[in-house]
Amino acid sequence: MANLLRALVAAAGLLLLWQGFVWWSEVPPFLLPSPARVALALVDRWDSLLHHALITASEILLGLALGTALGCLMALALAAWPAGRRWLLPLLLMSQAIPVFAIAPLLTLWLGFGIGSKVAMATLIIFFPVATAFYDGLRRTEPGLLDLGATMGASRAALLWRVRVPAALPGLASGLRVAAAVAPIGAVVGEWVGASAGLGYLMLHANGRSQTDVMFAALFVLMLMALALWFATDRLLRRAIPWQPDSLLDEKVTP
Amino acid sequence: MPSLVTPGFRLHLPEGLSLGGRPVLGPMTLDVPGGTTTVLLGPSGSGKSTLLRLAAGLLALPPGGRLATEDGAKLAGRIAYMAQQDLLAPWADALRNVTFGAHLRGTPPDLGRARALLAQVGLAPTDAAKRPAELSGGMRQRVALARTLMEDRPFVLMDEPFSAVDAPTRHRLQSLSARLLAGRTVLLVTHDPMEALRLAGRIYVLSGSPAAPAAFAPPGGDPPRPAADPALLAAQAALLERLAEAVA
Repeated sequence: MANLLRALVAAAGLLLLWQGFVWWSEVPPFLLPSPARVALALVDRWDSLLHHALITASEILLGLALGTALGCLMALALAAWPAGRRWLLPLLLMSQAIPVFAIAPLLTLWLGFGIGSKVAMATLIIFFPVATAFYDGLRRTEPGLLDLGATMGASRAALLWRVRVPAALPGLASGLRVAAAVAPIGAVVGEWVGASAGLGYLMLHANGRSQTDVMFAALFVLMLMALALWFATDRLLRRAIPWQPDSLLDEKVTP
Repeated sequence: MPSLVTPGFRLHLPEGLSLGGRPVLGPMTLDVPGGTTTVLLGPSGSGKSTLLRLAAGLLALPPGGRLATEDGAKLAGRIAYMAQQDLLAPWADALRNVTFGAHLRGTPPDLGRARALLAQVGLAPTDAAKRPAELSGGMRQRVALARTLMEDRPFVLMDEPFSAVDAPTRHRLQSLSARLLAGRTVLLVTHDPMEALRLAGRIYVLSGSPAAPAAFAPPGGDPPRPAADPALLAAQAALLERLAEAVA
């Protein structure tokens, strides 16, 4: 609760600074609108903002689900199949070496202006942190635990599913946190390159008409969505993996 | 009734063992008699853990190496292993950790026996639902001991099982495990002369490079021997001297 209050006070302070700067410099609104104008735009255009936000949100969530599934599959394949590792590892690196910004136009060309190309981009961006973090966790199982499992007569499959995977879950969780933070990038870049809906499209559209206040309003909504996504993910992961070593948990204020 | 006596086993390394081109163990034959505790004592790096890992099947036997039991059946699949770290799964509660073997083999666990064992090693019923992070180091090692007993194997291999806990806890755990492991064939690796003298039916000191085991006569009386026994204390001094020679 105290944390939330601090965040609100900091945000209010920033808004005051912003409003003060606009008053003092008399900068024209199409360059930098005052927070009050942005708030007005938020109220005036809430239905269109909501419509576009829902589209962007579904792109992000679909991308997160797909990217997580593919990333987990990749990590499991790398861990369980040593012979395939030398084939799959370059593929994993390549998926990240090609900047998503560079292939965004291609994806739009192939998958169209609709939601598909944006989901593909978000998936691409999310895939890498999930796959690498989970694979890292799978590789770093406490060797003693594997020895113990071997003396207990566990099969390779049992060692993977009942020792290595649970032991790697905290690693996967940190990958998912990164994924939740970068997921909006993929969707918005996709919308920026070519779209007929979504917050990125709305921002580009407003920019073309010098409706800077609408741009800021869309940016604000996007920021809220990104924050909500990150905190929801973090909350969920903590609840699902209560044993993870986490210094953040220690400093959490007791209710 | 010979069928009720746990058989012993013998580790035979006619050419010793080299790891990465470096000779670790010299040519040797290690006899582990049935139904008693054999303690392998040696300074750090003497190769005692390597010997234990060979017996546990965690390390492949070198050329010519043989691992044979007195009853002729294989050792693999009949051992329980306990290490210096408790090796508890951090995601599972104490009860689940005790039944971890059944969980890994995909067989239904005997929860009643697991609870009874937890009580035997001195854990409260409420501790069964606690995760390792909520237990103290001594309690975790107790859970590990219960897990070892849960496996119910005739052969028990222990690698410095009590060296990570404080001295009083170690003392209690030694007495406890001596009582609960009575009748089994136990191979225990340690660097603590007192532990060896309290628990052993037979003692080997591993020394030299590459290392070879030499027998040391344990004091009389049945384990766990009281630590204040004058004979034990005298033997401890002698054993300490032997270990110091082994390092030099």
